Amino acid sequence: MSTAETSATEARPRRTPGLVPVAETLSSAERRPPEPEPDRLDVRPARMPWAFWRLLGSELGLTFRRPRNLVMLAVLASVPVIVGVTLRIVADDDGVGGMIADVAGNSLMLTFVSFSFLVLLLMPITVSVVAGDSIAGEAGTGTLRYLLAAPAGRTRLLAVKYLNAVVFGYAVTAVVALSGLVTGLILFPAGPVTLLSGTTVSMAEGLLRILISVGYIGAGMAALAAVALALSVFTEVSIGAIAGTMVLVIVCQVLRAIPELDALAPYLLPTRFTGFDAVLRSPIDTGALTSGLLAFGAYITLSLSIAWARFSGKDITS
Amino acid sequence: MTTVTQEAGAPFGAAPPSDAAIVTKGLTKRFRGGQVAVDTLDLAVPRGSVFGFLGPNGSGKTTTIRMLLGLVAPTAGECSLLGLPLAEALPRVGALVEGPAFYPYLSGEANLRRFDAADPTAPAGTATRRIERALERVGLTAAAGKRYRNYSLGMRQRLAIAAALLGPRELLILDEPTNGLDPQGTREVRALVKEIAAGGTTVFVSSHLLAEVEQMCTHGAIMRTGKLVAQGTIASLSGGRATRVRIDTPDVADAARVLSELGLADVRVAADVSAELDGLAPEQVNAALVGEGVAVRGFAVVRPSLEDVFVGLTGEGFDVDG
Repeated sequence: MSTAETSATEARPRRTPGLVPVAETLSSAERRPPEPEPDRLDVRPARMPWAFWRLLGSELGLTFRRPRNLVMLAVLASVPVIVGVTLRIVADDDGVGGMIADVAGNSLMLTFVSFSFLVLLLMPITVSVVAGDSIAGEAGTGTLRYLLAAPAGRTRLLAVKYLNAVVFGYAVTAVVALSGLVTGLILFPAGPVTLLSGTTVSMAEGLLRILISVGYIGAGMAALAAVALALSVFTEVSIGAIAGTMVLVIVCQVLRAIPELDALAPYLLPTRFTGFDAVLRSPIDTGALTSGLLAFGAYITLSLSIAWARFSGKDITS
Repeated sequence: MTTVTQEAGAPFGAAPPSDAAIVTKGLTKRFRGGQVAVDTLDLAVPRGSVFGFLGPNGSGKTTTIRMLLGLVAPTAGECSLLGLPLAEALPRVGALVEGPAFYPYLSGEANLRRFDAADPTAPAGTATRRIERALERVGLTAAAGKRYRNYSLGMRQRLAIAAALLGPRELLILDEPTNGLDPQGTREVRALVKEIAAGGTTVFVSSHLLAEVEQMCTHGAIMRTGKLVAQGTIASLSGGRATRVRIDTPDVADAARVLSELGLADVRVAADVSAELDGLAPEQVNAALVGEGVAVRGFAVVRPSLEDVFVGLTGEGFDVDG
């Protein structure tokens, strides 16, 4: 008891005479209501204004410091380098044409080529690892119960988890774009870009088109992240949610490859991922981009609704 | 089976509910598959008490705690913490639920920072100071920068307690807080709980260790297969059994006579002599014995043990020392 009292007095803020506001006389200081109990010194106002962003910051810090995620980003960044170097070597031989010639002819094309290599498998894997792990991973380690008891709030936590996955999806896309751009600029000549339709645009416009494709592919990754998050809510084993998302992506690829099911293709996410090549048309095929974004939006709305419906009422027994 | 719920609950049964830190009414959880984990539980934990929530493993203690914290939705009934809506109550509640759980690749300090960020009422500005203080209170300051993966079981348990102490708390819910701790650590936790309780915080401790509850708690409740079989002050839980004196002496007959003359009840003579103390000061008894020339070799005051009561109520052997 006596020790508790001693520590209590120590915890009370000291009133340094020099720091007392002029308006505050000794008597006014005496008249003020008794100070709160020592343990409640920092009595909590209802809610910190930046609480949501603080939690999101913590989430992003976790995601972008986690070695596993950094390794995945590094692998993704290395692909454009490998592709670029290979093409550079091949392009030295005479008589090459097609894609190789396109890339060899302009530094910006490497980014688009890298995207078309990565957008169907490696980028979706990376994004679904992070998004699929988001709730299931916390449930698996048991940290979910402590987050919810903190209390993070179920809807708030889900929103933070999703935004985190979206940011990671854009980071994945940006890393590929940057790596492709830098490698391209080092290995191949810079200058006006010849598009798929044969039109030539300035380098500045080429860069703008890369930016648009990053925005579009990032949105596609956000849609995939929503699917992975929805699966993540249903399990305590993150590998289950991750594998489940990958199986979905692969099944979609298979369905896409069956000519009889062509009618289905526009509704499949991977079809829409490759829709970024609309920026290589002249003028940009905004119709294709818009319908792609609408499809992403539909996937996001549906998946997040499922995730929220399940998560808000789920018994956390892990 | 004796049910002492009513009479044992009497000391605070009459208290207004607003005075209770935890109230449950008919709280029931039936899991899918029909298994009833908690069955119409009516619990009242008075503010300022150190409340021992006892029961054998699998008696529904953890499920109850999960329902209190809003992790599991009750099938029927209701519960409230501190008389507030759950979202408002939780920031004032520190919890340790079913063992520690942290991010293995983060340091102890980074882990605490993570959980502090999850609390919407925790001011970011004071996080570092509050984390330092919490680590200090559980004696983990030296290991603050070490990765959780490399923590020993005892250190993990301490970190979990530190996480429960991150903010100003009105209620601490500690589920088996001394699990995995060595005797020294157990004592430290007990001292910490007492210190926290002395500061006015209500402490709700679940345990299957009787000695622990007897030493720490002012109140208690006993669960058996999802049902509450008793609750009340620790003294009332002991079933009204009185404190006894036990005298180790060669003059057994004389000692028994002196004790009877002192008016002590239930004098028993065996290898030693014992009787109910009945409000008499032990030193008076001793003085009387010595005055009558009884050779007192040993003199002990024996507090009533909960153990017999628990074994009687729960119908099974208790895991007394873990």
